[in-house]
Amino acid sequence: MAHAYTPGLKVTELATIRKVRRLPILGEVLVQEGQEVTPETVVARAELPGNPHTVNVANSLSVEPEDVPHFMVKKVGEAVKKGEVIATYRAFFGLMKNNVASPVDGTIENISAVTGQVVVREPAIPVQIQAYIRGKVVQVLPREGVIVETQGAFIQGIFGVGGERQGKLKMVARTPDDVLEEKDVSPADHGQILIGGSLVTGKAVKKAMEYGVKGIVAGGIIDTDLLEILGYDIGVAITGHEDIPLTVIITEGFGRIRMAEKTFHLLKDLDGYTASINGATQIRAGVMRPEIIVAGYVPKTRAVETDVAQGLVPGTPIRIIREPFFGQLAEVVELPPELETIETEAHVRILKARLANGQVVTIPRANVEIIEE
Amino acid sequence: MKNGSYDLPPEINSVLATDCGSTTTKAILIEKVNGEYRLIVRGEAPTTVEAPFEDVTMGARNAIREVEELTGRRLLSEEGVITPRQPDGSGVDLYVSTSSAGGGLQMMVAGVVKSMTAESAQRAALGAGAIVMDVISVDDGRRPHEKIERIRHLRPDMILLSGGIDGGTITHVVEIAELIAAAEPKPRLGIGFKLPIIYAGNKDARHHIQKTLGDKLDLRIVDNLRPVLEKEVLGPAREEIHNLFMEHVMAQAPGYNKLMKWTPIPIMPTPGAVGLIMQATAKKYNISVVGVDIGGATTDVFSVVGDVFNRTVSANLGMSYSISNVLLEAGTANIMRWIPFDIDEADLRNRIRNKMIRPTTIPQTLDELVIEQALAREALRLAFEHHKTLAVGLKGVQKQRTIGDAFDQSASGESLINMMDLGMLIGSGGVLSHAPRRVQSALMMLDAFLPEGVTTLTVDSIFMMPQLGVLSTVHEQAAVEVFEKDCLIWLGTAIAPVGAGREGEDCVTVRGTLPDGTQLQETVKFGSMKRIPLREADLVELEIHPARGFDVGAGKGHVLKTKVRGGVVGIIVDARGRQPFVLPEDSAQRRKKLLEWFNALEVYPAELLARYAR
Repeated sequence: MAHAYTPGLKVTELATIRKVRRLPILGEVLVQEGQEVTPETVVARAELPGNPHTVNVANSLSVEPEDVPHFMVKKVGEAVKKGEVIATYRAFFGLMKNNVASPVDGTIENISAVTGQVVVREPAIPVQIQAYIRGKVVQVLPREGVIVETQGAFIQGIFGVGGERQGKLKMVARTPDDVLEEKDVSPADHGQILIGGSLVTGKAVKKAMEYGVKGIVAGGIIDTDLLEILGYDIGVAITGHEDIPLTVIITEGFGRIRMAEKTFHLLKDLDGYTASINGATQIRAGVMRPEIIVAGYVPKTRAVETDVAQGLVPGTPIRIIREPFFGQLAEVVELPPELETIETEAHVRILKARLANGQVVTIPRANVEIIEE
Repeated sequence: MKNGSYDLPPEINSVLATDCGSTTTKAILIEKVNGEYRLIVRGEAPTTVEAPFEDVTMGARNAIREVEELTGRRLLSEEGVITPRQPDGSGVDLYVSTSSAGGGLQMMVAGVVKSMTAESAQRAALGAGAIVMDVISVDDGRRPHEKIERIRHLRPDMILLSGGIDGGTITHVVEIAELIAAAEPKPRLGIGFKLPIIYAGNKDARHHIQKTLGDKLDLRIVDNLRPVLEKEVLGPAREEIHNLFMEHVMAQAPGYNKLMKWTPIPIMPTPGAVGLIMQATAKKYNISVVGVDIGGATTDVFSVVGDVFNRTVSANLGMSYSISNVLLEAGTANIMRWIPFDIDEADLRNRIRNKMIRPTTIPQTLDELVIEQALAREALRLAFEHHKTLAVGLKGVQKQRTIGDAFDQSASGESLINMMDLGMLIGSGGVLSHAPRRVQSALMMLDAFLPEGVTTLTVDSIFMMPQLGVLSTVHEQAAVEVFEKDCLIWLGTAIAPVGAGREGEDCVTVRGTLPDGTQLQETVKFGSMKRIPLREADLVELEIHPARGFDVGAGKGHVLKTKVRGGVVGIIVDARGRQPFVLPEDSAQRRKKLLEWFNALEVYPAELLARYAR
C-alpha cells in the first residue's frame, strides 16, 4: 500500500484556503467573481419553502372527504391569516354552523378530495449564506453559491462542536500544558476566541458561554465534561449543528493532552488576530475536521517545511495517537520493512521512535501521525 | 437477472471483480484452475470518489493495477478493463463490480401501518442494499407536521412508498403521499434534481398518487409489495430500487457512468451483493444462515431462513466512526462485563472517544485488544437484536389454527430466526476477520449471537463477499466455489446445549471416532467451555449426549447424532447455558470465569492473561 501513515492535521502559518459556500436549494448569488468579501458578506440567498401545515377539514366538519371542496371558503393560492376561517359547514338554514380556521399565516396550497386534508403553507423562509472568511470570490456557481479564496494561517483540530463563528483570538495559556479553568474566563472576553493549553474544563466552557465568548480552543476536553455541556452523549461523529452559543475545538483528543508545540506557537503568534472558526467534524463519507482560519496573516519568518510527500523517514517528527504513549511527540528512528508481531499478536508494520525523554519505543505505523508543516 | 440476458462470452474462465467501498477499492482475480474456480490474487487501493480525485475509476484502476503487478498480466486498456480474455493472455472474460462509495444507497420508506406495509417496505429497501434513514407511517406516533419536518430534513437518495392491499381503502396511502408532496423532499446528490420515489402500494390508488406526486418528484410505479396481507412480494420493488440506484445515485457519483461501461452486469450496492452470496450458500447446504459484516460505521446482519432472506443495517453501530454510539446504546456496564481487568469508566470512555476521532488506529497492547473485542461483542449483539425484530413472520395475518397449533405458541410477527435451527454463522469485518487468533472471532460470535445446539462458525478471510455476490448473478457455481475454498475460513463447530444447571454439574458428553482412529469421549461441566481440536478437512460423526434438562437439538436429554465439521479452532463445547445465558453478577466472580474460558480456549497469550489473574 502506498500510504503507510495517518495523514496529520494541517497546522500551517501560510496556506491558500478555498471554501465552497453553497445554498441548500437553488437561489440567487449576490456577489461577483473577483469581488472582495468579508466573513459577514452575504454571498447568496434563497427562499426555503415555508413549513406546510395539514388541516383535517373532513374530520373537523364531520363531512366526507369528497365534499370538502364544497365547504371551502378559501381557494388554492389564496392567502390566509392565522385564525381566519377557511371552511364552513352550514345546515338548517344557517342555524348549525361549524368553522375551520387556518392554524397559521400562509397560503392555501392543496385541497384534497381524497383525504379531506388541506395544506396551508407558511411564508417562505429566507436563507442566507455568508462568506465565512475574508477573501476573494474566485468562482461563481450559478444559482448555488460561490468559492471564496484567501491566504493565511490554517489550523485543523481533531474534534469540535458548534458551527461557524468569528472572533478575536486570545491566548490564555502560558504553556501548552496549562489548563483553561473557570477563573481564566472573564466578562472582558466577550466576543473572543480563547486559547488554552492541554485542557479546557467543563466549568470554563460554561462560564465562557455566560460571558458571550465565541469560541474555545484547547488540547483536550474530558468526555464527561462535554456530555454535561451538550446535555447529551455524542453517538456518531458528525457535529457542527449543536445548539450551543460557542464553538469548542480540541486539537489533540479526549482527556488532558498537551497541545502540540507547533499548534501552540502558531496560535501564540496569532494572538489578537481575527479568526473564522468552525467546530464541524465529520469522520466518514467526506472527512471534515474543525478549523481555525486567520485570513491575511503574513508570517514573520518562513519556517522550514517538512517534506511530507516522502511519508515516514528517519527523522520525521510524529505524534503517537493511541495508547500506550498516547499524545506524546517522537522522532522516527527506524522503519523496518518486515511486519513485526506486537503484544496483541497481530503482524503489522511498525516503526521505532524516540520519545522526548530519549526512550526508543516500538509503535504500529497506524498509530502515529506526521506533524505536518 | 439471468445469464442469458447479458452479453457474455460462452465460457467464463477468468473473472475480475471490484468492490468500491467507502474507503478502499478491492479487486480480485478469479480463474478456472484444474477444473475449479479459485481466487488468484487480490489488489487494493484507496477509493477516489471524494475530492481531489472525484472519479471512482481511478481507484478501481489503481486496485486493478496491483492485480496486474502481482500476476504480470495486462488487464487494463485506455477504455477500461479488457474483455474478453485475449489470445495473448491479456484481459478477462468478465468484469463485475459493486459499490458502497459515497455512503451507499440511503432511502426513506413510507407505508400506512407501521407493522405491516411500512415494515414490508423496510424489508424491501434493506434487501436491496439500502440504508433506511427513517420509516414513516400513519400510526408511527408523530403528528403530521412532525412527519413533514422529518421528511424535509432528510436528504434520501430515494423514497419507497407502500400502503394498502390491492382493492382496499386508498385514503391513508394518499394521505401519506400528500404529506410527502407538502414536504418537498430534496435529494442528497445533485441540487436541482427531482427526488425519485417508488410507489409499491394499493393499485387502486395509483391515479391519485400520480396526481399528488407526479409533478414534484420522479415517480415510478411497481406492483404492490403487500397485495394481500398474507403475501409479501418484494421483488418488483427491490428491482426498481436497484434500477433507480443505477440511474440516479450511481450516475451522479463521480465516475460511475464510466465504470458502468466497463461491465455488462449492473453494478450492485455492496450489501445487496453480500446478501446474494449468503443466499447461494444457504441454498447449497440447505441450512439457515446468519451473516454479519461489522464495519467502521455500520453493521449489516443477513439471515437466510428457508427461502426468506432478510437484511438489516444498524447504521450507527460500528468499530470506529460509530464506536461512541455502541457505548451509548450498550452502556458502559455491558461493555465492562466482558473485560477481565479493572478499568476506570472515564478512562474507557476517553479511549472510545479517541478511537472515534482517529478511526484508523489499531490496538497495540493486549488491554486495548480485549477492550476492542468487548465493544465488538456489544455491537454485534445489538445489531442482531435489531435484526431479529425485523426478520419476523408477516404481521396482521390470520393463521388457520388447528387444535395442535393452539398449543404451539407461534404467532404472527414472531422472529423467523430460531437459534437452535441455525446452521451457520458467517462473520465479516475487520475486528472479526483480522483478529490475531481465530478463536477470538469464534468467541466474539458465540458471546454476541448465543447460537444454540450445533452451529458451524466461519469468518470471511478477506472481504470479497460483495464481488462473489454480484458474480453469483451470472455464474453461481464459480461464486460459491471461490467462497468456500478461498473466502471462508472454517473456524469449526460450536455445540451449545440449551438449559441451565448448577456450576460443576455434568452438562453434555460428546462421543465419536476422530479421523486418526482415537475415540473421543469428552464430558463438559456446566459453566465451562472446552475445545476439541479437529481440522477443517475433517468431518466427524458425533453422538452428543446432553444431560437431563439440556437440549442440543433433539429434545431435552435426547441424544443427537450428527456430522460435524472441524476448522482452525475445531469443536467448541459451550456449556455456559442458554435461555438463559448468564454472566456472574459479582465482578470478581465474573472476571474469574472470563479468565477460565479464555484459558480453556486459548483465546489470548497465557502469560499475559496471568497478569489479569493477579
